[in-house]
Amino acid sequence: MLFRFFSLVACAFLTNSVFAADFTVALILDKAGKDDQSFNASAYRGIQKAEKELGIKFKTVEVKDAASSESMLRALAAKNFDLMIAIGFSHAGAIGKVAPAFPNRRFVIVDSEVKKPNVTSVMFAEHEGSFLVGAMAAMASKTGQVGFIGGMDIPLIRRFAMGYEAGVHHIAPKNKVQVAYIGVTGDAFSNPPKAKELALLQNSQGADVIFHAAGASGAGLFDAAEDRKFLAIGCDSNQNGIKPGRILTSMVKSVDVAVFESVKAAKNNSLPGGTTINHGFATGGIDMAIDQNNKSLLTPAMLKKANEIKAGITSGKIKVPDYYLSKK
Amino acid sequence: MESTAIFEIFLSVLRFAAPLILAAMAGLYSERSGIIQIALEGFMLFGAFVAAASATHFGSGFAGLFCAVGFGIVMGLFYGFLVIQLKTDQIVSGTAVNMLAWGGIPVVSKMLFDVTSKTPAIDASERLPQWFPIVLALAVVAVTYFVIKKTPFGLWLTVAGEKPEALLAAGIRPSSVRWASLMITGAVAGLGGAILSVCLASSYTRNMTAGRGFMALAGLILGKWRPIQACGACILFGVCEVAQLKLQGTVFPLIGTVPGQLVQILPYVITLWILAGVVGESRAPSKLGQS
Repeated sequence: MLFRFFSLVACAFLTNSVFAADFTVALILDKAGKDDQSFNASAYRGIQKAEKELGIKFKTVEVKDAASSESMLRALAAKNFDLMIAIGFSHAGAIGKVAPAFPNRRFVIVDSEVKKPNVTSVMFAEHEGSFLVGAMAAMASKTGQVGFIGGMDIPLIRRFAMGYEAGVHHIAPKNKVQVAYIGVTGDAFSNPPKAKELALLQNSQGADVIFHAAGASGAGLFDAAEDRKFLAIGCDSNQNGIKPGRILTSMVKSVDVAVFESVKAAKNNSLPGGTTINHGFATGGIDMAIDQNNKSLLTPAMLKKANEIKAGITSGKIKVPDYYLSKK
Repeated sequence: MESTAIFEIFLSVLRFAAPLILAAMAGLYSERSGIIQIALEGFMLFGAFVAAASATHFGSGFAGLFCAVGFGIVMGLFYGFLVIQLKTDQIVSGTAVNMLAWGGIPVVSKMLFDVTSKTPAIDASERLPQWFPIVLALAVVAVTYFVIKKTPFGLWLTVAGEKPEALLAAGIRPSSVRWASLMITGAVAGLGGAILSVCLASSYTRNMTAGRGFMALAGLILGKWRPIQACGACILFGVCEVAQLKLQGTVFPLIGTVPGQLVQILPYVITLWILAGVVGESRAPSKLGQS
């Protein structure tokens, strides 16, 4: 209760400085915060770009838990923000409740689907990107075993895992994939020490390339990769530069582009409400990071294969299993 | 399974347990002297942040540890000022210290590094070795055992928590003993947080203690406020953590796969069980929270 009170006061405080004439956007991040070097950081880059290029005003808020997300959204909606962008699946329930109460406000939710007339849902084909990095992992692995570290055990993260496994088996059907999750609460996304132990455990059992989908916890995987000299794969943002030479590649989810595009559309009054925008290889919303930090790790054969897989998935020749569909 | 793999898992358990053990020992000093200690989470978080920030500043992991201990003592004194000097409610003040850590660190971090949730990474060469937390934690347990059992201060601690009037009759002020115990609590809990950020990870990440302070408190209760038993309880929690990581996806005959959730709630179930008096009694110091 106290938290809610404080967050409301904080909102009231923040919004006073926003001028009525400007197009105003509220960016609601999830608990890992804007400096997670991963998912939220990407969203933050997008809104910064929008501020620079579109001349909008924005406020960023971070929520501590799903309960405060609803009161935060309500407070922001009541404060005349033109557009509210919620980053992360954890806001889905709150958006579902708040959006109908403010039919004149526009909402965007990233990573989840909320079917309301004034909500635009943005989804990424994580399974396709994971498939691609899974294939890369299989090609880079010398032991014939790779690992996957998920953050919280939820369908979204299982979607990563499923695509990754399929990608590994696409290249090497007999390779073993160790799949494990850090925990069952939101804390799992901000627990690098535990991620490190998990990575060490997987490495000691033979995995020499490990992919994480664990937000800020991923830092623990990179530490382990540095200590034990194996390869890691980054997630959401381009994380290649965190430990140059130890990160094979990163599966990039262009949350920044999605945020920027939705701000742009909303500003031009062309943001489609009640719809779901799907990003994959075709839209460039999902990709694999290649830069000077990992150039030496990726062989020409791997790059060639990567392009083949991307083309194959886009054309429908390669079918990637989707956890969301397999559950329904 | 070969012996190296078992050794590897054993070390992993101890690494998980080390921060818990340190925090439980920290809580032991405070609680035995009669002061409820639910601020362990906050103390640890401060320790983790101060250690990471000073380790990057001075370029040395050990400098980080020292600063965390120093700041821990300051926090212990601050908590003592609240609960001993001002006689505030200990649960409320403890919660306040935790909230101060959750909210205050991002503000300070923003001022120092211009990010709210992460300090710059500590270079691998400046990080402390992986065995260090284990040795440190076990050493602290040994020292605590010695202090409680063999030194006058240990006796004063216990009497301060059980019968402060007797201590007063002997010419020792219970409040002085409590001030001292809180300083130790702050220092050791700060150490517990520090090893998280400078040994077990490579930077401070927001809320990286992830409930370890509360888990340590459960370990302390499970260990009946005694050093060796509390250490054992924390190692048991470490076993549960590793089991949760290790058992995922493993198929057992007859049972099938065990959900990770089930393994993860074990520490709490055991603690509740003990508190309910099912598996032996756990009795708190009688003046706990009444000072």
